[in-house]
Amino acid sequence: MNAKKTSAPDRIWDFFCSLKLTIFNLLSLSITSIIGTVIQQGGSAEEYIKEYGTANYQLFKKLQFFDMYHSWWFVGLLGLFSVNLICCSIKNFPRVWKFVVAPMLIAGDGTFKNSANKAEFSTKESAKTLTSRLAEELQKIFTKPILTEADGKQNLFAQKGIYSRFGAYMTHLSILIIMLGAVIGTVWGYKAYVNIAEGTEVSQVWPRNGNQPIDLGFSVRCDKFEVEFYQGTQRPKEYRSLLTVTENGKIVIDKQKIVVNRPLSYKGITFYQSSYGPAGTGSFEIEVTDNKSGEKLTVNPAQGKKVALPKGFAFSVDDFVPSYQSFGPAAKLHVDAPDGTHRTPFVILQNHPQFDARRGGDFSFALKGYKQPQYTGLQVAKDPGVWVVWFGCFLMIFGSMSAFFFSHRRIWIRISEEKGKTLVQMAASAHRNQPAFADKFEEFKKQIANTIDNKA
Amino acid sequence: MDSGQLFNFVTLGYFVAMVLFIAYLATRSDTIALGARLVSVAGLAIQTLAIGMRWYESYQMPGGVGHAPMSNLYESVVFFAWSIVLIYLLIDIKYRQPSVGAFVIPFAFLAMTWAQLTLNTSIEPLVPALQSNWLTYHVISCFLGYAAFAVACGVSIMYLIKIGKEEKGEGPIGGILGIFPSVRVLDEINYNAIMIGFPLLTIGIVTGAAWANYAWGTYWSWDPKETWSLIVWFVYAAFLHARFTRGWVGRRAAWLSIIGFAATIFCYLGVNLVLSGLHSYGG
Repeated sequence: MNAKKTSAPDRIWDFFCSLKLTIFNLLSLSITSIIGTVIQQGGSAEEYIKEYGTANYQLFKKLQFFDMYHSWWFVGLLGLFSVNLICCSIKNFPRVWKFVVAPMLIAGDGTFKNSANKAEFSTKESAKTLTSRLAEELQKIFTKPILTEADGKQNLFAQKGIYSRFGAYMTHLSILIIMLGAVIGTVWGYKAYVNIAEGTEVSQVWPRNGNQPIDLGFSVRCDKFEVEFYQGTQRPKEYRSLLTVTENGKIVIDKQKIVVNRPLSYKGITFYQSSYGPAGTGSFEIEVTDNKSGEKLTVNPAQGKKVALPKGFAFSVDDFVPSYQSFGPAAKLHVDAPDGTHRTPFVILQNHPQFDARRGGDFSFALKGYKQPQYTGLQVAKDPGVWVVWFGCFLMIFGSMSAFFFSHRRIWIRISEEKGKTLVQMAASAHRNQPAFADKFEEFKKQIANTIDNKA
Repeated sequence: MDSGQLFNFVTLGYFVAMVLFIAYLATRSDTIALGARLVSVAGLAIQTLAIGMRWYESYQMPGGVGHAPMSNLYESVVFFAWSIVLIYLLIDIKYRQPSVGAFVIPFAFLAMTWAQLTLNTSIEPLVPALQSNWLTYHVISCFLGYAAFAVACGVSIMYLIKIGKEEKGEGPIGGILGIFPSVRVLDEINYNAIMIGFPLLTIGIVTGAAWANYAWGTYWSWDPKETWSLIVWFVYAAFLHARFTRGWVGRRAAWLSIIGFAATIFCYLGVNLVLSGLHSYGG
């Protein structure tokens, strides 16, 4: 240990570079993350007090357990994690970078003597011709070598997979990039929602946290909303909305279909199919038959609305159910006589249009259909950081794969002439997965041996 | 013959394989080890066929129900068992350690038994949120990763058993433990299995995030399932870094591997059974 190591700034630097801190960070992030999976996040005060009592509620609130992934201490842990990542990388990167800028072109005696993968041959061939043949062979079985002459000795050096030494750094960098993307999304993006009734359009959406609407700068119309069910079941198969985007009075996207998992994007703002529901009152299609004259007429009343009939009669729809016992859609009606008396209500069935004729009376009614306008519920997201996040994710996958599955492999061959003989020395190393490389080296050794003629 | 019957054969096959692997521990017979391997390979082959058949059967159902068989709890448990056997056999090709099978194949057998006996095996149409190719990639990469972690957990248990005996220094280790690979090899298998599992888990989390982004417009919402997958990721990241740190190799690394697998299982099943969230389809 030299004296420099013990100075305070060095100790602080070593602390931030240490792997012990990395392990502490990773384990404390994983343990604290559990809290937010057990305690519901972003709930209301009443719910929490009911669940945990007032005293615990106050404590948890102080500890920011109800929004823990954005709490000062969790963000602080993530910060410490990032600082650790950056410091480790700064500390170790120059050493790895040296492999690129200053590859070990010439191996010393020590390498040829102590390497785990080594071989030696001697031959009567001249060093000159043998070197070029070995270089060719090495290019064939491994990769093109670099020839360096030093002290009258020929040195061949070949390497593969140097990028795998950067895998860990790529992975570390990718974490920072993903965090950066998340910050960009939080600062310059938003999450919102909007409900659009069929046939209407909106140009504002409502942020999830906050109550001031956001202007889109264009408008979105819902032309149609539909639910498709799996054949013969009540299971939804597809929710779809037809959306039209208008900007400055011009249609820019015309009647595009969106479904769950297939959103619509315009100018960086994306609309996701999310929910639906009834919008306003529906209207019925009812065929009325005058039982005396046999005359028919069709009316489209809303529920509760009085509709005039010939000879001073009137009727209105009191109620509607989509499924009445096993008979399907049904409406409850009543007729008002010309003197204003309210007659006994009765039920008509959409699937049995002749049913009401048997009731008798002045008129009979048949339910032809019921149309309930819907609204489509859309999630709206603007996230300019999402591509930064995807780039980070790609780098993380690529980086971790190259760190784990590939290794930096190097082969050195030295050809020297001594005492009228030519000596060929060979050494190789892999920075990962040595056993597999040892097998590979045995093959290389054989192929190199076959290249050398006239062995001595 | 339908896929359901084939899955029953598979379950039986893994039971036989498990018994043979355990018999190998007791007898050290190479013939039994070979038998155990062959039965495992046959089980895997039949299971691959059965998964393919279930896929085909879903497309034969009326009303456009067809989808990859990776969408509900039953299908995922079956795929988990398939992944465990696949990863085990791949590692076995490299390390040739049949004793490891006795600690890994039981996971596959338990999964198949649970799936066949208690879970709803019918092919269900997909709700709109699940109709995404990302789902298929997400499930495949997650479960291959989980399977690698299952293998790592199995060898970690072996490691702890063996090192406990070795450290007592009761002379040469005989009996069942004698047939275990050396602690160095167990440690290496543990590390290699996690090296396979970790990038797969990473891909699983990323494809899950991509799917969430397409379906809901947010790639990360700290929902319990997402958070637990991140917890698992942190634990294995800690494991991978622990290897370079003095005082964290050997025993502690084995424990981290076991804790990591426990967290994996909680992420997979515990979150659905105990907690609630977006992934409620699985339950």
